[in-house]
Amino acid sequence: MAKPVEQLSQVIVRFAGDSGDGMQLTGSQFTSETALLGNDISTLPDFPAEIRAPAGSLPGVSGFQVHFADFDILTPGDAPNVLVAMNPAALKTNIKDLPKGGTLIVNSDAFNERNLQKAGYATNPLEDESLGEFQVHSVPLTSLTVGALKGIEGVTPREAERSKNMFALGLMSWLYGRPIEPTIEFLEEKFAKRPEIAAANVKALQAGYAFGETTESFAVTYEIKPAKLTPGTYRNITGNQALSLGLVAASRLSKLPLFLGAYPITPASAILEELAGYKNFGVRTFQAEDEIAAAGAAVGAAFGGSLGVTTSAGPGVVLKAETIGLAIMLELPLVICDIQRAGPSTGMPTKPEQGDLLMVLFGRNSESPVPVVAPRSPSDCFDAAIEACRIALKYRTPVYLLSDAYLANGSEPWLLPDVESLPDISTTFATEPNDGDEFLPYLRDEQTLARPWAVPGTPGLEHRIGGLEKADRTGNISYDPDNHDLMTRLRAQKVAGIASDIPELEVDDPDGDARVLVLGWGGTYGPIAAACRRVRTGGRAVAHAHLRHLNPFPRNTGEVLRRYDKVLVPEMNLGQLLKLVRAEFLVDAVGYNRVSGIPLRSAEVADAIEAMVDQ
Amino acid sequence: MSTNGHLTAKDYRTDQEVRWCPGCGDYAILAAMQSFMPELGIARENTVFVSGIGCAARFPYYMNTYGMHSIHGRAPAIATGLATTRPDLSVWVATGDGDALSIGGNHLIHALRRNVNFKILLFNNRIYGLTKGQYSPTSELGKVTKSTPMGSLDWPFNPLSLAIGAEATFVARAIDTDKAGMTAVLRDAAEHRGSAFVEIFQNCPIFNDDAFAFVRDDKEGVNRVPLRDGEPITWGAGGEKALRQRSDGSIEICRADDEGVLVHDAHHEGAALAFALSRVTQESHGGTPVGVFRDVERPVYDDLMAGQLAAATEKFGEGDLGALLHSGETWEIG
Repeated sequence: MAKPVEQLSQVIVRFAGDSGDGMQLTGSQFTSETALLGNDISTLPDFPAEIRAPAGSLPGVSGFQVHFADFDILTPGDAPNVLVAMNPAALKTNIKDLPKGGTLIVNSDAFNERNLQKAGYATNPLEDESLGEFQVHSVPLTSLTVGALKGIEGVTPREAERSKNMFALGLMSWLYGRPIEPTIEFLEEKFAKRPEIAAANVKALQAGYAFGETTESFAVTYEIKPAKLTPGTYRNITGNQALSLGLVAASRLSKLPLFLGAYPITPASAILEELAGYKNFGVRTFQAEDEIAAAGAAVGAAFGGSLGVTTSAGPGVVLKAETIGLAIMLELPLVICDIQRAGPSTGMPTKPEQGDLLMVLFGRNSESPVPVVAPRSPSDCFDAAIEACRIALKYRTPVYLLSDAYLANGSEPWLLPDVESLPDISTTFATEPNDGDEFLPYLRDEQTLARPWAVPGTPGLEHRIGGLEKADRTGNISYDPDNHDLMTRLRAQKVAGIASDIPELEVDDPDGDARVLVLGWGGTYGPIAAACRRVRTGGRAVAHAHLRHLNPFPRNTGEVLRRYDKVLVPEMNLGQLLKLVRAEFLVDAVGYNRVSGIPLRSAEVADAIEAMVDQ
Repeated sequence: MSTNGHLTAKDYRTDQEVRWCPGCGDYAILAAMQSFMPELGIARENTVFVSGIGCAARFPYYMNTYGMHSIHGRAPAIATGLATTRPDLSVWVATGDGDALSIGGNHLIHALRRNVNFKILLFNNRIYGLTKGQYSPTSELGKVTKSTPMGSLDWPFNPLSLAIGAEATFVARAIDTDKAGMTAVLRDAAEHRGSAFVEIFQNCPIFNDDAFAFVRDDKEGVNRVPLRDGEPITWGAGGEKALRQRSDGSIEICRADDEGVLVHDAHHEGAALAFALSRVTQESHGGTPVGVFRDVERPVYDDLMAGQLAAATEKFGEGDLGALLHSGETWEIG
């Protein structure tokens, strides 16, 4: 007999287990099943930097959070409603995030003495009162899986045991009415070469689903209706995937071959790996000997007429500073993608932060301005990548694209753009002398102040460029004092002038009566926007503006800031944008700062906003 | 209009005043290069010189080709990006012993092992010139300089041994004042597909004068050991000295009429012989081999990369952006 169905508007599920338990796969398959039902989705994996930390240990816990709803959502959610814990370590590291009354599904088989000890439990939490405030479903996932797989030939007991994540996925799919057919297809394709493993995983998945239907442990199932999203074709996408596709698109839109110089680094490596698969798009990926060479090769490729890009995270970007300084002097296009991660030095490689803003703006010798573009969501990385390339090509300048680990690994449905609607960012190479019969490599375009881009192979335009100060117009070496002053100002003016070529800062203030403005930038868009919704639902007015361009700022930024009585600047750093707006616009803005290596929690941001509104 | 055709050394001069010190060995290298370039038959616009920082790194400013004076040590990395994306260009890197072997050592060895299609000219004067006279990675142990008043403590690099150890496919040595010898080596380097590494002994008259006097001033040829492919390696005023290989692979001096005189084979597949020759120095053997040590063929990085692009295009067809965006699992919202 079918169990009663309860309607929910949104659910946040977190799968947590050992690194070897396949939680990322479980989470992403649950996401795929959910996408097909038309819910809006936002996901965030949370995995350790260690590839295989000791099994059962606290540092070895890997998690994946899925937020799905019948309306448009903005974040993967602050805290889960449902926690699936595959072992004691996963329970220990995640239970603090589960609110009172939350649903907890645990693999009771994993709660043996050894695992309890590794997780630091003196007593078994399933047998004492410590989980009393949650709805606990203690399910022997391992033994149920092994039992279900008896009789499948060629599958070892160890392999059978490893399918328990699919049993868990089957159970969760039943609980939330997700179709398991896409996962069956996925498993059959993934294990095409080992049909017995495919069969075992499919069986485990089906057994988990059937278990839900028959067990008395779960009394109801839930339904979440499709969200009303803009019509069109969607795919689920992570920030790093979207950024990679954006670079390929920029290559096509600019009609220039893409060259990526990169050195493996978390969380940017996925871009190198992704782009390495697009060779039939003319994409050249160069895995360099170090971060410096990665950037240098991109500059060399740009000199030769390619769209030169280098990708890294903060610890690698810091090494590229000298190359970016050179690109500033050469006035050649270059895009540097900084996928920010937490902490100075090595810090916390897999965790997000917005700590590199001041570094990318000022972390070079002398006066060396660089435009900065920061995407706001995983799918926005696509458009932001195109925008960074557009500015780099049009103004012959290095441009920073500032993403972060949250955007890079998080995912959301992406309304696929029509290729025809993407901007034309094509540029032209110089082919003729530009001053009588002479070619002056630093004779600037009057409007953009960009210099001509003459690539080797162009007869008659042979010229030499370099890191020494240039004479205006000719580009010859110059130590002339007035010339250096002029060139320094010209380089600054060129970048500042981009303000007239980017959109004005938009403000989201539904009723137009807010006195408090929340100003954010980049990857915190989701949590801040969700916080503002929450504040408005509570009856208070608040305005939200989110910066995509950090240098130059949109031309109306000062005017927007001065329109409000108070300005709150939430950031995942200790107040870097805050310093900039205070210095630039003389506005007495206040920061809300968290550097915990996790995305801002919208509930906490909302509290901060409410406190400011009520002041 | 292509500038290919009847060019002379004059066509390769720029209007920039050459600013090396009077008597610097770089003048001779520049003159040799300018008069040698026309005979390559490569259009001037298809030639690019890339350099790092240092005295040698000013070289591109004086060659009327495309050029880039870049960052200390990074020229091989920058030239890798250029050569890999523009196989139609003839790319040259001008560098010095500090630039290539100290701050840029990592880029040098990796460019060589990849066999990127460019030519590296290492102007070795065994001193830092532009920073006014500190010891370099090729300075001899105990070198007294401004930064080492009691003598340097570092054992020097042997640039050719380093290049061979880094899997270089073309390794040669020339002397700044020996225009004919240098031109011959540069010609072979230019014809080599892949990375060519040429060490040029270059005199710094200000901070390390006469560091290579033993070969630069060696009119009688008592110290230069000319390497000629396919010929016995002999030298000395009357050609009376020769080299031969011991059973352990190392090289010793013998008389030219002794048995077992080594016949030079720059194209020998193994690197051991070239390496053994690179260990023959003035200090150890009383002679300095000059010429092409090693010249072998190996797949070139740029060709391999272009090959993968072609193979992917052959297999999957020319990339279609719309199809790429729609790849993976998609769904419709009505």
